[in-house]
Amino acid sequence: MGALQSLPDEPEYREFTEKTGFSFEQIGILHKRFKQLSHNEDTLRRADIDTIPDLACNPIRTQIIEAFFDKRNFHQNGDGTVQEIGFEEFLVVMSHFRPPALNMTEEQRENIRREKLRFLFNMHDTDNDGTITLEEYRHVVEELLSRSGALGKETAKGIADAAMLEVASISMGHMEPDEFYEGITFEHFLKILKDIEIETRMNIRFLNMDTTTLCKEVGGTLIGENGLVLMTGVDLSYC
Amino acid sequence: MSTMGGLGQMKLSVYFLTIGLVLLSLPCGSYTEIQSKPPGTVTALPPVKHAEGPQAFPDAEKSNLPVFTMNYLRIQVPFEVTLWVLLASFAKIGFHVYHKVTFWVPESCLLISIGLIVGAIMHSVHEEPPAVLSSNVFFLYMLPPIVLESGYFMPTRPFFENVGTVLWFAVVGTLWNSIGIGMSLYAVCQIEAFEVQDINLQENLLFATIISAVDPVAVLSVFEDVSVNEQLYIVVFGECLFNDAVTVVLYNMFNFVADMPEVEPVDVFLGVARFFVVGMGGLGFGVIFGFVASFTTRFTSNVREIEPLFIFMYSYLAYLVAELFSISSIMAIVTCALTMKYYVEENVSQRSCTTIRHVVKMLGTISETLIFFFLGVVTITTEHEWNWGYIMFTLLFAFVWRGLGVLVLTQIINPFRTIPFNFKDQFILGYGGLRGAISFALVFTLPDSIGRKKLFVTTTICMIMFTVFIQGISIRPLIEFINVRRTNRNLDTINVEIHSRLMEHTIAGVEDLCGQWSHYYWKDKFLKFNNRILRKILIRDNRAESSIVALYKKLELQNAVEILDTVSGDINAAPSIVSLHKEKKGSGKPKRKFVAADLRNMHDILSKNMYNIRQRTTAYTTKHSLPNDSQTKEILIRRHTSIRRSLRPGSFHGPDEAKSQKYFSLPSGKSLDSKFPPQRLRHTGNGDDVTMSEVDYPSARSRFDQPSRSSSRAMLPLRRLNTLKEMPSSSVVDLVDERSGGRGAWGRGMSRLNSSSSDSRIPAPRRRHDPSNGPGNGSSGDHRPEGEEQQPLSPTPAWAAEPGDRDDSGTQKPLLMPQWNTRKPQNP
Repeated sequence: MGALQSLPDEPEYREFTEKTGFSFEQIGILHKRFKQLSHNEDTLRRADIDTIPDLACNPIRTQIIEAFFDKRNFHQNGDGTVQEIGFEEFLVVMSHFRPPALNMTEEQRENIRREKLRFLFNMHDTDNDGTITLEEYRHVVEELLSRSGALGKETAKGIADAAMLEVASISMGHMEPDEFYEGITFEHFLKILKDIEIETRMNIRFLNMDTTTLCKEVGGTLIGENGLVLMTGVDLSYC
Repeated sequence: MSTMGGLGQMKLSVYFLTIGLVLLSLPCGSYTEIQSKPPGTVTALPPVKHAEGPQAFPDAEKSNLPVFTMNYLRIQVPFEVTLWVLLASFAKIGFHVYHKVTFWVPESCLLISIGLIVGAIMHSVHEEPPAVLSSNVFFLYMLPPIVLESGYFMPTRPFFENVGTVLWFAVVGTLWNSIGIGMSLYAVCQIEAFEVQDINLQENLLFATIISAVDPVAVLSVFEDVSVNEQLYIVVFGECLFNDAVTVVLYNMFNFVADMPEVEPVDVFLGVARFFVVGMGGLGFGVIFGFVASFTTRFTSNVREIEPLFIFMYSYLAYLVAELFSISSIMAIVTCALTMKYYVEENVSQRSCTTIRHVVKMLGTISETLIFFFLGVVTITTEHEWNWGYIMFTLLFAFVWRGLGVLVLTQIINPFRTIPFNFKDQFILGYGGLRGAISFALVFTLPDSIGRKKLFVTTTICMIMFTVFIQGISIRPLIEFINVRRTNRNLDTINVEIHSRLMEHTIAGVEDLCGQWSHYYWKDKFLKFNNRILRKILIRDNRAESSIVALYKKLELQNAVEILDTVSGDINAAPSIVSLHKEKKGSGKPKRKFVAADLRNMHDILSKNMYNIRQRTTAYTTKHSLPNDSQTKEILIRRHTSIRRSLRPGSFHGPDEAKSQKYFSLPSGKSLDSKFPPQRLRHTGNGDDVTMSEVDYPSARSRFDQPSRSSSRAMLPLRRLNTLKEMPSSSVVDLVDERSGGRGAWGRGMSRLNSSSSDSRIPAPRRRHDPSNGPGNGSSGDHRPEGEEQQPLSPTPAWAAEPGDRDDSGTQKPLLMPQWNTRKPQNP
């Protein structure tokens, strides 16, 4: 990791490319961003991400941040959370959002699909027991609606409950009166979301150009105009 | 004598029109054996005959004081226009009698065919088609409705997600086609064998411009049917809209240039500059008028009856003013519609909103229908100049340049797209380049100074016929054959809805994290700006109207809420005991489990309440049909019946006023508005229209914020509420049914369900009005405590029926519990 701090190291990058599918340029840019976020440290902590001003208004920011520190998203075995992540982990988590290739087989598509849905699933399943319980579901929905002012928690609960029931009725089909629905398993999760073309939607266009500074400046002025968020140290230092 | 002439003329045209109508009824009859249909068209005949019946008399009695006179000349123009419109409309009815016809053959083909037949009849009786389609008529009256319709019903979210590609194809693609085809044709014109050397470069370019206006109405309707992927759809939709704008600009430019004896290089640069001035100017005017229109509708709450008029007048004004300055009027009207739509639909009442949509749709459709119809008529009745070489080469070049253009332009744009177009998409994109109404109208309105106008008209008609008939009919099988990527538009589950949101927020968040900004970023910024500034200015604030209207609304609302309260109070009495059990259990970590019967029932209810979600996805794109209201009406009816029924059992209004007040008052320090998005008041202004309106147009508003990244408070909640708002109504109905039919296991399930569903939803409307309305508090908010009051007193029969269930009733009703739990603390 030490090598990363200086100039990009070709072998290191090659390894990442193989692992995540990003191009060298993309890795370079992401690495720059990584260092920007981590204040030139080797590792990134939650607090670093917390200070991103744009993220402040995201209703599910805690879930997003947690996802970056969740071992399940690192393509390794193991679960639980870590306190800090290196650039490699950062890249691996990012790679969930890589757009799919233009031509891919049905099998690849299915894999990408599963991977992306797994990412979402993990955002729900905070205790990593393989199911999304009603409480977990409710929590996410509440967060999701937390910025919507008018909707109280009750509505969020109602929505989550209704959604859960829907899952149950879709995935279990006909259930006997004494059967219970434990929670959403990943298989069910796949099933209920099979209509949503996640492989074409959950993508981020990782640019090959370095637009970070450019965007930041424009973004900065916009934010200033709205008087919404104060620029924090991270961004100021790079503007 | 002049009257005589007029009469003769009238006789002829009436004669012809009658024939047209008769003729029209023939295909109707022959299309199908359905008996109900023909009467519709047949009954339309008598009025026409009436008009024609008395005509013989005036000749006979030419006395001093005419008892009966006719002055046909006076009414000729509107009369004929009306009959034409009527005829075209009947044609449309006719097509839909036998729906398989419209499934396989695009409507435009059928219209042209009918036009051809009518034209043949007119030709045989040596009747000239009315000179309705002149340049002025077309540009001032027929074009605006068409583009307004497209602009107004443009699916906003996909459009802004793909705006770059759309403009790329519309602007660069049209330029590419015009110049490419124009140059190639000019080259062909140099060949002596074709005898068209007299067509100079300017005229060729002008003609190429006309030819390159794509108008894929037929393709779009096929796209909708097979639900082709959204990216492809919106690119075709947007391209056809904006390339009209580009075409008209180019048309005017070349039209001007065609008159010039020679073109100097500086003119080319001026032309390019003008192109941008015209485009940007149109954009600017559109935005300005859009905002003015939105601002105006802030104040129209007292004049509901003319509210829709403002929308049309402002759009039209934008169009006319743009015409006045010779800037792109299409651009102006489209941007005007796009800009104001969102704000206007929040400001105006629900009925006005419906009216606006219907009228926009109606005008657009009729305009287009007429043009296609005329196309058919004119094909027969005008003189043609047939030139094999020129026509064939035009067809060839149009096809080749279109194909090349799509290929090249996608190669350039693909690296910038998140989801690139694959070859199938490109093929369909190229193949879908049908020519249509605009091309025809443009060529038909060419000035007579252009020497080969006849040839141009003939070629354009050939081009349109060829593309509309051959490509239009074959595109459906082709799409199915090559299996273009499709989007499932029927995303009608809550889960999909939730996860789309979740996904969008996640993407936005991760984009922030990795420092990449796409349209989500800009959308976020725009929404912030919108919420902080634009909405404040443009959207009527509830508190601002502190007049009698406001009071009236409150009373209305109170009334409605009272009725609703009674209903749910009634229902909640039964299952409330469950919640008691649950509460005793405390907040351990009980296993959340559902009884299957409950699930089924609830899913039934859910699916009933999915109407609006489904509508949101289907309502917005259909080019020639309006959102289906029947479902909403059903809900409305259901709710009414439920209210009526539940009122009968009597009310529980009792001693709990204090409690209820405490419970339902807002947390201190919060303003009413922070709790409720302003939109909601709008619905309530309509009295009984409340339910209707909520289900009816969720699409309109939600479309805008669909992928919103930072859920803005005012926009996001709305759909959520809508989704669930209907819950009580249908569940109420079911429950009431149950109750009257004795309480079985079913009844129990339902009522349990009900309590949970209504718990979470009913409070919304109530809260909204309570605090604002002191005296009304007691009566309106008192149902809830009743339920609680009753719990200890009377375990309901439903529970008694199955005592075995009782211990785990707590675990069985997980859905119910949390609502009660959270409520309790507020209710000491």
